[in-house]
Amino acid sequence: MKYLMPQIVRLFLVILMVFSVIEIANSQEVTQQVDVVNPTFSETVSGLKVRSLSKKGRFVEQLVQFKNPQKIVVLKALVNGELFEVRDDGRVVIAINNNEKFSILLAEDGKSLGLLDKEAIKKIKINNRLRSQIRRIIANLELNSADASIRIQAIKTLSKSLKQDDLQKLKKRAEAETDSDVIDVLELVFALENLNNADRVIRLQGIEMLKAKTSLKAVSQLQLLVEKDSEGEFNEPDAEIRKHARSALVKIRSRLNSYEVAQTLFFGLSLGAVLVLAAIGLAITFGVMGVINMAHGEMMMLGAYTTYVMQQIMPNHIGLSLILAIPAAFMVSGIVGIGIERGIIRHLYGRPLETLLATFGVSLVLQQAVRSIFSPLNRSVITPEFMSGSLYINDFLSFTWNRLYILFFCLLVFAFLLQILKRTKLGLEVRAVSQNRNMAKAMGIPTARVDAMTFGLGSGIAGVAGVALSQITNVGPNLGQAYIVDSFMVVVFGGVGNLWGTLVAGFSLGIANKVLEPFAGAVLAKILVLVFIILFIQKRPRGLFPQKGRAAES
Amino acid sequence: MLLKYFGNEKEIALVLLILAAVTLVIPICNLMFSTGSIFYFSAYTVSLIGKYLTFALLALSLDLVWGYCGILVLGQGAFFALGGYAMGMYLMRQIGDRGVYGNPDLPDFMVFLNWKELPWYWSGFESFPFAMLMVMVAPAILAFVFGWLTFRSRVTGVYLSIISQALTYALLLAFFRNEMGFGGNNGLTDFKDIVGFSLQSDTVRAILLMSSGMVLIAAFLVCRWLVKTRLGRVVTAVRDHESRVRFLGYRVEMYKLWIFVFSAILAGIAGALYVPQVGIINPSEFSPLISLEIVVWVAVGGRGTLYGAIIGAIIVNYGKTVLTGLLPEVWLFTLGAVFILVTIYMPDGLVGLWKRKWGELSHE
Repeated sequence: MKYLMPQIVRLFLVILMVFSVIEIANSQEVTQQVDVVNPTFSETVSGLKVRSLSKKGRFVEQLVQFKNPQKIVVLKALVNGELFEVRDDGRVVIAINNNEKFSILLAEDGKSLGLLDKEAIKKIKINNRLRSQIRRIIANLELNSADASIRIQAIKTLSKSLKQDDLQKLKKRAEAETDSDVIDVLELVFALENLNNADRVIRLQGIEMLKAKTSLKAVSQLQLLVEKDSEGEFNEPDAEIRKHARSALVKIRSRLNSYEVAQTLFFGLSLGAVLVLAAIGLAITFGVMGVINMAHGEMMMLGAYTTYVMQQIMPNHIGLSLILAIPAAFMVSGIVGIGIERGIIRHLYGRPLETLLATFGVSLVLQQAVRSIFSPLNRSVITPEFMSGSLYINDFLSFTWNRLYILFFCLLVFAFLLQILKRTKLGLEVRAVSQNRNMAKAMGIPTARVDAMTFGLGSGIAGVAGVALSQITNVGPNLGQAYIVDSFMVVVFGGVGNLWGTLVAGFSLGIANKVLEPFAGAVLAKILVLVFIILFIQKRPRGLFPQKGRAAES
Repeated sequence: MLLKYFGNEKEIALVLLILAAVTLVIPICNLMFSTGSIFYFSAYTVSLIGKYLTFALLALSLDLVWGYCGILVLGQGAFFALGGYAMGMYLMRQIGDRGVYGNPDLPDFMVFLNWKELPWYWSGFESFPFAMLMVMVAPAILAFVFGWLTFRSRVTGVYLSIISQALTYALLLAFFRNEMGFGGNNGLTDFKDIVGFSLQSDTVRAILLMSSGMVLIAAFLVCRWLVKTRLGRVVTAVRDHESRVRFLGYRVEMYKLWIFVFSAILAGIAGALYVPQVGIINPSEFSPLISLEIVVWVAVGGRGTLYGAIIGAIIVNYGKTVLTGLLPEVWLFTLGAVFILVTIYMPDGLVGLWKRKWGELSHE
């Protein structure tokens, strides 16, 4: 017994130890499990780098549970293919392509980590199923976003494949919603949903609601209702509903017509803006000075090439380079213009036909010079971010930003020029010389200098027009040629020596062109407009707004 | 005797003699001598010189309106091209069923466009006399309508120049359209015969060159006679002071109109002679640049002299052939420089330069 006791004690101790070890192990097991059930945000984010797609999906679901707002950023990066793993330390980062290199942000908190090479990171891949799943998750999260446009986007994403619980969520959203645009989108979703309802009263309600909507989807769904399927049966068995759908379609279509008119008007105005920009410099050189500058188109070409060069100098600041290109193009074309005036035109005043020929020679030389320096091929000028895309009004009406900007820019240049002519000393002198050269000279105005400055101003404006043109057409040696006939037509039509005439003529010709285009086709429309101007000149040889004066025509 | 006829304008006689020699000698040499001989001119040279002669005729037509009437037409190429198209239509009809599609009634491009029958304006072009009539009538009608509208409303100077440029530009756009029925972008080509003889044969080429030369000489003599008549003198007066002539009681627009129409007819004939020698007519002939080049020919030679236009056309085109062959990049630089230098330093062109030098010599 004496030996037994310690043995029992020992055994007990051993058992106790084993137990405690198990206990400790157990307790550790438990804490580990707790870790998996309740991981930190950064652990979940770094879990996304697992290879297995199903595990990735589970981590995505986990991520959604966090309150951290960074989760939307991470999910969006994942969908857009911007989520990467750093090869060295395995950290999950958001990488944005920045000119060969990638700028790196830590995924879990958005902290910047500087630039990395493409080789140093590895993209975290997902498949289409996961992508659409994540999109829906993002949409769900953003359904209650403070920004109305984000809410609309979310609703649109969800409505692509509407599930029953989505519908509930949207209904809840609709009750709380105050923004009229968002309500509009929601109503469209509900109306389209109603069309699929088994109850015909609800279907009718849906049609009633669609009547007021301007949406491509609404039109196509209503169209489906009134059409027959491949077996000759109506898609919609109820005749009354078909009748209602038909009348709704008529109503929507009549509204679409007015949108079409607005769209045509916009196209016409934007073409007109281009014409005005091209012609307005000519209105000064031709209209005010009476000099035919056939190299005017090439001044625009120089402006467009200046834009190209500026972008080459500053490849990282496309938007800024475009803005800086405006004064640069003005200077380049203006200086070339002054050079042409001093070198050639000065010798030919009073001989307009010779001026025409000599400046045409200049245009050929400039074209060939550009061809030799830059290559005969078109150069591509990048459109900055703020000018790409379009202003969306509804499915049938949207305005592209670059055209809107050019329209605005055209008016700005026009106002600028008008102010120069009205308020500056140069403007006063220009007007004096254009009205009566000899009298102006007698009053002590240095006419030779004024001529050079006027020509420089007109050419500079052409260069600025070239900056605008570089955003909508190809920048090539023939850029100027395409506009020279048109710009002369605008000036002649508007009335020589009258800036307002140029503005009115440019816009009306632009609109006339676009109104004729649907009936006649682009080329025939252009021919018709040219013929119209030729006929118009017969009736009013001095244009829409002729300059008043007493001098008999020589 | 010839020298006596031209009196103190001996340079005219000289130009005419050279023209006549070229017209006769080159085709005969081409036919008589074989490839090895030093007197042999290749078929390429024959076509090239024939082309120059038609260009000279075209320049002559422009000089008549620009040099003598002061109307700077920047669309003279349009009349040239219309004449060319009329000729081209005749040559297309001559192809008959030898086209790629073998359709006896329709030219290839119409078959290609799935047209079922010949458009009405193509009828009659299978007849050579009718086609030759149209070579003159089509440009004449265009010139008449355009001139009637512009001259009556007293559109003058640069306005007229620009409108005439717009005219040829509009025609350029129009002829590019397939729906016009003139072969669209590709124009009319793949010609085979003219009045039954193959266009590829040396004899036909030689005859075409000869007829170009003879038409040119005849046109020159007619123009020269025309500017010496009362009509010509009134027209020259219009150039120098339009309103004064009008105040004297002349109907300025009528004089301008007739000289313009006549010049358009000449340009049309030039086009008709040009097309069989180069074997193609397409809308690019309407391009404003071509019309401006014609102006350069006349300006370089010296306007208001008629023979200056002929000299200018031949020299500038020879320069173009050489330069575009050797240094294609330089051609536009040269053309541009010629435009600038001639207008500033040589307002009377080569003829004026020569006359001044000659005058100085004779004064000494």
